[in-house]
Amino acid sequence: MSETGTDIGNPWVNIGIFAAFVLVTLVIVFRASRQNKSAADFYAGGRNFTGPQNGTAIAGDYLSAASFLGICGAIALNGYDGFLYSIGFLVAWLVALLLVAELLRNTGKFTMADVLSFRLRQRPVRMAAALATLLVVFFYLLAQMAGAGGLVALLLGVDSQAGQSLVIAVVGALMILYVLVGGMKGTTWVQIIKAVLLIAGAAIMTVWVLAKFGFNLSDLLGGAVEMAGPEGQSLLEPGKQYGADGTSKLSFLSLALALVLGTAGLPHVLMRFYTVPTAQEARRSVVWAIWLIGIFYLFTLVLGYGAGALVGPEAINNAPGGVNSAAPLLAFALGGEILLGLISAVAFATILAVVAGLTITAAASFSHDIYANVIKKGKVKPDAEVRIARWTVVVIGVVAIVGGIFAQNQNVAFLVALAFAVAASANLPTIVYSLFWKRFNTSGALWSIYGGLVSCIVLIVLSPTVSGNEKAMFPSADFDIFPLTNPGLVSIPLGFLLGIVGTLLSKEQPHPEKFAEMEVRSLTGAGAEKAVAKH
Amino acid sequence: MTDLSTAGPPPGETEYQRVQRSDEFQGLRRAFRNFVFPMTALFLVWYFVYVLLANYAHDFMSIRLGGSNITVGLLFGLGQFVSTFAITMLYARWANRKFDARADALRREIEEGEL
Repeated sequence: MSETGTDIGNPWVNIGIFAAFVLVTLVIVFRASRQNKSAADFYAGGRNFTGPQNGTAIAGDYLSAASFLGICGAIALNGYDGFLYSIGFLVAWLVALLLVAELLRNTGKFTMADVLSFRLRQRPVRMAAALATLLVVFFYLLAQMAGAGGLVALLLGVDSQAGQSLVIAVVGALMILYVLVGGMKGTTWVQIIKAVLLIAGAAIMTVWVLAKFGFNLSDLLGGAVEMAGPEGQSLLEPGKQYGADGTSKLSFLSLALALVLGTAGLPHVLMRFYTVPTAQEARRSVVWAIWLIGIFYLFTLVLGYGAGALVGPEAINNAPGGVNSAAPLLAFALGGEILLGLISAVAFATILAVVAGLTITAAASFSHDIYANVIKKGKVKPDAEVRIARWTVVVIGVVAIVGGIFAQNQNVAFLVALAFAVAASANLPTIVYSLFWKRFNTSGALWSIYGGLVSCIVLIVLSPTVSGNEKAMFPSADFDIFPLTNPGLVSIPLGFLLGIVGTLLSKEQPHPEKFAEMEVRSLTGAGAEKAVAKH
Repeated sequence: MTDLSTAGPPPGETEYQRVQRSDEFQGLRRAFRNFVFPMTALFLVWYFVYVLLANYAHDFMSIRLGGSNITVGLLFGLGQFVSTFAITMLYARWANRKFDARADALRREIEEGEL
């Protein structure tokens, strides 16, 4: 075992396994790209994926490095409170299953804005929805890219600032290549492969950990308690992370609300529902996604406590990646450098697959909503739209690389929770109202989107995450007027409320004929976008 | 709303409005909403009961079961997984068996212009 860099394991094994992943996925992406002709090919993979394929890709899109490394680490260090986090991420899928997935598939084409602008005034609503999409994607992307830099220190033994920046640039460049060449089809295959690797890797580790404790969950928990020392019993009880005082409890409530209502408003999740031929397949996608994601989070429960028991909180805290190092350290403790290499490669693949999905979502939103429909008022050839989308991919890739390099030493973990809060406050109310509320109008949509968006940003800027304490983004500044670390508790009810107020205050004439079309189409699937015929 | 049995379609009414008014569609819409709205309310209430218990009833959630390290809170958390899987299966079964055939029949009527 070579002790180069800061950490255990052999960086060359990690790099080798990761390179193999990149090579295999690139071949698949190039093969998939042969059919990328129309906009429906580029944005929606020709709508030809099956439910199980898309469900696996959704799991690959959703299970970001934050959920894998973050939740394992949170359970290892904070016990029960880390587990609470994963439950919000899972239950949220029922909102998507029951209220959104099928109706969206039946009424939209490529983006969330397609559904929102169905019966409202196209240009202002598309503009607002596209801005919300771009912002959510940007927050999420920045968190992933910055996380990539931190992971490198841990997994590849690259300590230097320059080395980490280089890795961020490589991740960004690969992402641009995948999306440019493969479009949605290539991105989907990368996500499917990654999901299979991630879930299989987690499954192997889970069985391994359980075997060490005689397949007795209670003994595993006991092991984690013992390893944590005198305070160990608190790992089994709620409140270790969020239970300090009334404010931190409200912060947790706020987070729980954002998690459960955010998923069904995440643009990169919504866009995946267009890659299947019918609403029935969209339903199967979500069913598959719920099983895969749920089982994966059950694995993380074992892995988190397993890391606590076999590695111990002290070793995790002292490792270069801190909380994020729990899962890789556990892999090393179990299977040495080969398993560490596999899990590290999977963690990178995870980042790559998630950023690719985010990028194609942002590109679709900019070129389909802002360029084609707002700027060109719908008078644009599909070829030109896809060309703009490809350029957008390059621009977003560059922004993500630069942003990721600047953000790498910042505490940006809150950005994922913020993305969920914006999705729940700005996107979900308008989606639900436009699908189910006849009276809903343009003004309601604009109030809700902009109100939800602005309140989220303002509240997070004024929160203790950004200033006022040593863990904040700007520790020396002091403008933390809003006490909660997540804005959801205020901004989500506000987003829903503003949608109602804006609707009732407007004198806009209702369009019963458009609502009729939307309602009939959403439930029956009449006139829904068809799959592209296979060439 | 006009009387369906005697009058023809109101002037200027679109195809989709005609479908929307039909008994078949109204029945389909009612069936859908009667399933998904109560189900949504159910899982959201159950989720927030759980979150509030975990947040404000630490002593209750920390009770160990029979000398093991398994707590009431862990069982409640695993219960969220069970309920999520159960609702998923219930909905998929209901939609596959009860909803799709009716929705498909309406879709064919609309697309073939028979209604």
